[in-house]
Amino acid sequence: MGSFAGSTLPPDDIVVSALRAGDEAMFAALLDTWSRGMLRVARTYVSTDDSAEEVVQDTWLAVIGAIDGFEGRSSVKTWVYRILVNTAKKRSVRESRTLPWSALELDAGPTVDPSRFHGTDAALPGSWKESPAVWPTPESQALAAEVRGLIGEALAGLPPRQRIVITLRDVEGCTSEEVCEILEISAANQRVLLHRARAVVRGRLEDYFESVKQAE
Amino acid sequence: MKRFTCGELVEVITAYLDDALDQPSRAGIEVHLSCCEDCGHYVDQFRSTIRALGDQPPEKLSHGTRERLMSAFRSRRPA
Ligand SMILES: [Zn+2]
Repeated sequence: MGSFAGSTLPPDDIVVSALRAGDEAMFAALLDTWSRGMLRVARTYVSTDDSAEEVVQDTWLAVIGAIDGFEGRSSVKTWVYRILVNTAKKRSVRESRTLPWSALELDAGPTVDPSRFHGTDAALPGSWKESPAVWPTPESQALAAEVRGLIGEALAGLPPRQRIVITLRDVEGCTSEEVCEILEISAANQRVLLHRARAVVRGRLEDYFESVKQAE
Repeated sequence: MKRFTCGELVEVITAYLDDALDQPSRAGIEVHLSCCEDCGHYVDQFRSTIRALGDQPPEKLSHGTRERLMSAFRSRRPA
């Protein structure tokens, strides 16, 4: 589940003064709570697991060096994640793997194939021609593992901006406010990217459940 | 209250789930969902997708990196 969901970290002012005082247990707690999500986010920018790990390491080193100057204008988590995103961006430039963060991605148009809805000449224009399927709950371990793998693939294939937003929101459990602050995007922009990304992943699951049904 | 076709409803589910819609739109979605089983299924698929996304395998820093960072933190300890 999301790395922050079950987090029992104390309020920011306590975290910051503990770090400044050299409290190792506090640093270890942050390291273990946030690094999981940070690795996943770093991987959306760089090409290998090793690079992702280095990005996370460099981020924490920067945090260690800058904690005395932290001004509290954002939450500690947002601050750390912003350092992470900047570090990862620099690294991806060095790897000549610059993500087209600002390039045009297909952010417009319907997320569900319009041919799945009745046209204007129908009795109920815009209604489903065929009802979306009721999906099985992946109860068996094997099915759950397959779904997990499928989602990993679907995430990896997303356009970069969609991938990072859905990773922060749905995989890591950040709030929309946190995502907007970390990526410096508007709430509306964040929602469009998230919705498109979710729709793509949903489509992959739909294909999968359809193929499982046909195989039965 | 705003009226939605099924084709329109599927595009605002994320906004609906984030409670980011204005009141007339929100009411319109709720009325639509109360009588459209098809969209109900689609929203269920969307929720299942979100739930499944939160179930990715955990990541972990390597032991070596964690140790390096702990010692970097230790060495900054104020004198
Ligand atoms: Zn409907």
